[in-house]
Amino acid sequence: MKHRHPTASPLAKVLRPAALFAAMSVAVSAAALTAGPAAAQSAKEPGKFSGAPVRVGEINSYTGLPAFTIPYRQGWQLALEEINAAGGVIGCCELQVVSRDDAGKPDDAVRVAQELVTNEAVDVLAGTYFSHIGLAVADFAARNKVPFVAAEPLTDAITWSKGNRYTFRLRPSTYMQAAMLVEEAAKLPAKRWATVAPNYEYGQSAVSWFKQLLKEKRPDVEFVAEQWPVQGKLEAGPTVQALAAAKPDAIFNVTFGADLAKFVREGEGRGLFRNRKVVSLLTGEPEYLEPMKDEAPEGWIVTGYPWEQIDTPAHKAFVAAYSARFKETPKAGSIVGYITMKAVAAAITKAKSANAEPIVDALAGLTIDSPVGPVTFRASDHQATMGAYVGITTVKDGRGTMKDWRYADGANYLPPDDAARKMRPAE
Amino acid sequence: MSELVVRDLQRSFGGVQAVGGVSFTLCSGDLLALIGPNGAGKSTCFNLLNGQLRPDSGSVRLDGTELVGLPPRHIWALGVGRTFQITATFASMTVAENVQMVLLSRARRLFGLWRPAAAQFREPALALLDRVGMAAQADRPCGVLAYGDVKRVELAMALASEPTVLLMDEPTAGMAPAERLALMVLTAELVRERGLAVLFTEHDMDAVFGHATRVLVLDRGRLIAEGSPDQVRADPRVQSVYLGGEA
Amino acid sequence: MSFLLVQALSGLATAATLFLVSSGLTIVFGVTRIVNFAHGSFYMVGAYAGWSLIERFGGTPAGFWGSVAAAALAMGVLGAAMEIGLLRRLYRSPELFQLLGTFGVVLVVQDLTAWAWGPEDLLGRRAPGLKGSIDILDQPFPLYDLVLIGLGPLVLGLLWLLFNRTRWGTLVRAATQDREMTSALGVDPARLFTGVLFLGCALAGLGGALQVPRESVTLQMDMAIVVEAFVVVVVGGMGSLTGAFLASLLIGQLQAFGILVFPQITLVLVFLFMAVVLVLRPHGLLGRPDEAPPTAPATVTVPLLAGRHAGTWALALLPVLAAAPLVAGDYALILLTEVVILALFAASLHLLIGLGGLVSFGHAAWFGLGAYGSALLVRHLDAPMPLALAGAPVLAGLGALVAGWFCVRRSGLYFAMLTLAFAQIVWSIVFQWYAVTGGDNGILGVWPPGWAAGKATYYWLTLALCGGALWLLYRAAFAPFGYALRAGRDSGLRAESVGIDVRRFQWMAFVLAGAAAGLAGGLYAFAKGSVFPTLLAVPQSVDALVMVLMGGIQTITGPLAGAVVFHLLESEVMSLTDWWRLVLGLIIVALVLVFPKGIVGFLSGIRSRT
Repeated sequence: MKHRHPTASPLAKVLRPAALFAAMSVAVSAAALTAGPAAAQSAKEPGKFSGAPVRVGEINSYTGLPAFTIPYRQGWQLALEEINAAGGVIGCCELQVVSRDDAGKPDDAVRVAQELVTNEAVDVLAGTYFSHIGLAVADFAARNKVPFVAAEPLTDAITWSKGNRYTFRLRPSTYMQAAMLVEEAAKLPAKRWATVAPNYEYGQSAVSWFKQLLKEKRPDVEFVAEQWPVQGKLEAGPTVQALAAAKPDAIFNVTFGADLAKFVREGEGRGLFRNRKVVSLLTGEPEYLEPMKDEAPEGWIVTGYPWEQIDTPAHKAFVAAYSARFKETPKAGSIVGYITMKAVAAAITKAKSANAEPIVDALAGLTIDSPVGPVTFRASDHQATMGAYVGITTVKDGRGTMKDWRYADGANYLPPDDAARKMRPAE
Repeated sequence: MSELVVRDLQRSFGGVQAVGGVSFTLCSGDLLALIGPNGAGKSTCFNLLNGQLRPDSGSVRLDGTELVGLPPRHIWALGVGRTFQITATFASMTVAENVQMVLLSRARRLFGLWRPAAAQFREPALALLDRVGMAAQADRPCGVLAYGDVKRVELAMALASEPTVLLMDEPTAGMAPAERLALMVLTAELVRERGLAVLFTEHDMDAVFGHATRVLVLDRGRLIAEGSPDQVRADPRVQSVYLGGEA
Repeated sequence: MSFLLVQALSGLATAATLFLVSSGLTIVFGVTRIVNFAHGSFYMVGAYAGWSLIERFGGTPAGFWGSVAAAALAMGVLGAAMEIGLLRRLYRSPELFQLLGTFGVVLVVQDLTAWAWGPEDLLGRRAPGLKGSIDILDQPFPLYDLVLIGLGPLVLGLLWLLFNRTRWGTLVRAATQDREMTSALGVDPARLFTGVLFLGCALAGLGGALQVPRESVTLQMDMAIVVEAFVVVVVGGMGSLTGAFLASLLIGQLQAFGILVFPQITLVLVFLFMAVVLVLRPHGLLGRPDEAPPTAPATVTVPLLAGRHAGTWALALLPVLAAAPLVAGDYALILLTEVVILALFAASLHLLIGLGGLVSFGHAAWFGLGAYGSALLVRHLDAPMPLALAGAPVLAGLGALVAGWFCVRRSGLYFAMLTLAFAQIVWSIVFQWYAVTGGDNGILGVWPPGWAAGKATYYWLTLALCGGALWLLYRAAFAPFGYALRAGRDSGLRAESVGIDVRRFQWMAFVLAGAAAGLAGGLYAFAKGSVFPTLLAVPQSVDALVMVLMGGIQTITGPLAGAVVFHLLESEVMSLTDWWRLVLGLIIVALVLVFPKGIVGFLSGIRSRT
């Protein structure tokens, strides 16, 4: 400012529009450049595959939630390597994956999806972790008629109220996991229940399903307190105290991650869990149990993934391959990522085509053998029957794990086909 | 003919009385000087008159209309213009645009969203600038002007609203002696031509006693003398508290 | 009764942590007048460093407390390094640059922390000797929380001694009141400021390290705490240590008892509280008016540079842009559509910052409200697209009309904080009002109808509407309205004394900017097909600020260039690397330090030199 030439009139300067013009022209040409088809991302081995590669566009919150999405990425990477080593898809074609970060924002996810479809010419979309991002990509998929396999989002809406022809979901939904836990909760003598859940759609729908399903089985129970901490900002002391004040017989917990660790520490310190049963969603997954080490809660009834105890040959092979490849043990995300990619490959092979409509038709009713057992994408609501492991938390050798668990097959916790179909919008 | 009647104006800051019971009358054709040592309460007095500060008690009436309690912009609209001790212009605009802003404000055309401001009232703005000797610099940004020039722009801005009363806080501070003289002569002309009523503060005694029609002397918040320059110059109280050995 | 007592104690434990962190923030602000956005990052890294040390040495009480102290000191050293490397060059910059510069540091630190400690949450050891709980009136209460409760007043006392009983502290207090005075006292202000940053960041690090026994250490800690610390500092009065203490106590209790009375709206409670305090007590509970931050007018009085020929250039550019669909592919067209929308968004913010000197930190609220306005009309009333698009600026403008009335009553940083508070309130409502807004799952299926569904058609529509709105904003900037706004910024005193009602112009500008941002939001909703609360969240506001800064705040065309470059950069970098936050953060810091005039200012600087 101080050095401005004293005779220059501000209005005499007309350079700015010129600069803007330059910038906009650069923008147009840059955009035109990025519009060109991108080079294939994986090195081709000539001669190995006879057909053209089939491309999968993969989107997830890698920078937003690395703790959950990186095991997931390793899972699908392992599956991809196995698929191509075994001759690719349709017996002739390499399966290629173009992976993108969505920065945890749905609008970025939609833009990335568009980029994958138009620039990278992908044939199938897969991935997503957050429910709202899953929903945004599902909506995009329907509009652009691209098959989309939602891997991790839990919201019921993605297959029911907002379901569409092109979207399929692998992981057991909030409803399914709540139903699995209600089955156990109903066996408890507890009559007075309190709930604690993060204050957004996932927490709200988990609590409302849990209440509704438990009341159906046990009309004598009452819900005496509910706490709705802000996701990631649980005020542990006051929350624990408020729950304890209602003197419940049992607690239904939906918090996870850092909130859960705080809740457990503070709850133990204040005796909240003394002589009380806790039923808790997802807490048995290694993502949440392992960081708590020897402070993992004892005796909670949870859904989860006791990977080290599942001794079917298929699962043992998966664990061995995963541990060898990445030098770490699998998480729940790993198995989801792995099965997602296997399902995508199976659908393409079944469709014998890289085109959208045949793949969608193939996905509807597709059954694959997975490390956790057979998984079917129901034709009625596009929800997979992948289940979850229901059991009791315990601490063994200084780390949290599950005991007395069983595999709850998702097929048993879904409404019948007719009822499910009615929940979806008319096509 | 306009008349600004000030009665028993009082204002304290945290128990310290800055202005205590000041009364005077300012009429058209007056070029009234308000003098006093530093901290006598001159600027506070100005701020009370134009609504910047609210008095604890007292009244300020312009032709019978009570001004106390009105915000500065309403007092301005009633015809009381002002220049500041520490210059305040619109530094990001040119000299002409500064004056045009006042003309636009007076014509109530500020809410215009379409016609460029720079094209409106340019001629009258240039005429006003010509009057204060700033026409040659009309298109320079105000932020780069010399101090004395900014003072002249302020005067042009004050005149643009065609005030009946003009409050000038140290109008010649920072000017060279020749400039000072020119500005005071100009002010005196304006008073005569337009029948303006001017109240000004000044440190430069030549300016005060050479041009003022009357002089008010403020000391520690109180008026201690009032009268023609000669009367004030001769007043022994003024000599003791203010003029000291100079007289 | 005993329950209420224990609940109050829990609130005190929360308050202690809040105070430790916000005391550092307020001390740094008091002396340097910089609002350090990166303060939360020091808290987070302090927690990570504390975790590592405590895992290794924290088996004994001496080892534990030694580790906590070491982590705090380490953060102090990092803070001093930031002062020397970055802040020192920003003391005389407009506050926008300071906020953004330190925000760049936040992004860089996030990625570096993830790289150093890995992405997983880390649960640390408990404090040795303080693992259990004691019974207070038959209610168990954790011992460690009791220690924290004692630590708050202890630190306040130590700081009081430091500031009142040592020469260094006296100098800091002198500098807080008058920055220029320190050099008169024969003190090197640079060293004093470095020392203050050391102290402030060490307090943040201490707060972070003390959390290790309470909760797991995560990568989300920084933003979570810094927003709350802002609230505490603003509510307490910026620069007032006792104010920060009082505000921490109040907010701690508000949260402890808020969850009993309103378990559902904990999200907004704190921001509502801040808004109420600021409206009633403009300078916070214990802040004094003379400690008010310098307002933007003191620092930005630059001519608005944009020629009359801008119109000619725009007319030349328009055919180029309009012809883009002939050469560009689908994805390029979508990028271009977004760029055009963001250009309007950035330009609307520039109206406030560049003309009015009003730095809004919550401009995304109006962008998001516009998007939701359109989406709600489509979802609940089945409105056709033209009607829904018309509804966008109307809803956003109405929102800005209400919020603006409160916001323009304050200036400078208080204005920025009030806009942030309103944006957070709007965001919370949208996020939690599930029945109407769909909550975090958003509203889907907001696609254009058949006639506008083609990428090229929608692009042309966007170009026409945004171009029209930009043209209006441009005219307004050079019309008396824009001049009156600048007049209020250049000298509020003079403006008032020539009949300009500064507040009313600022209010109208707020509404106009809100409506323009709303139109951009509405167009964005139809471009994406869906709306989500992220559109009104803090990162969206920061994006807009970066665009304005990137382009250059002194020029009317700057924000447009900023939007172009920022969006292309963001979308390209994001698809190339997982470290895009690091890259973006470094770019922001570089912009602030090296190209403070932005792209357009820089380019024209070159042109005028040659």
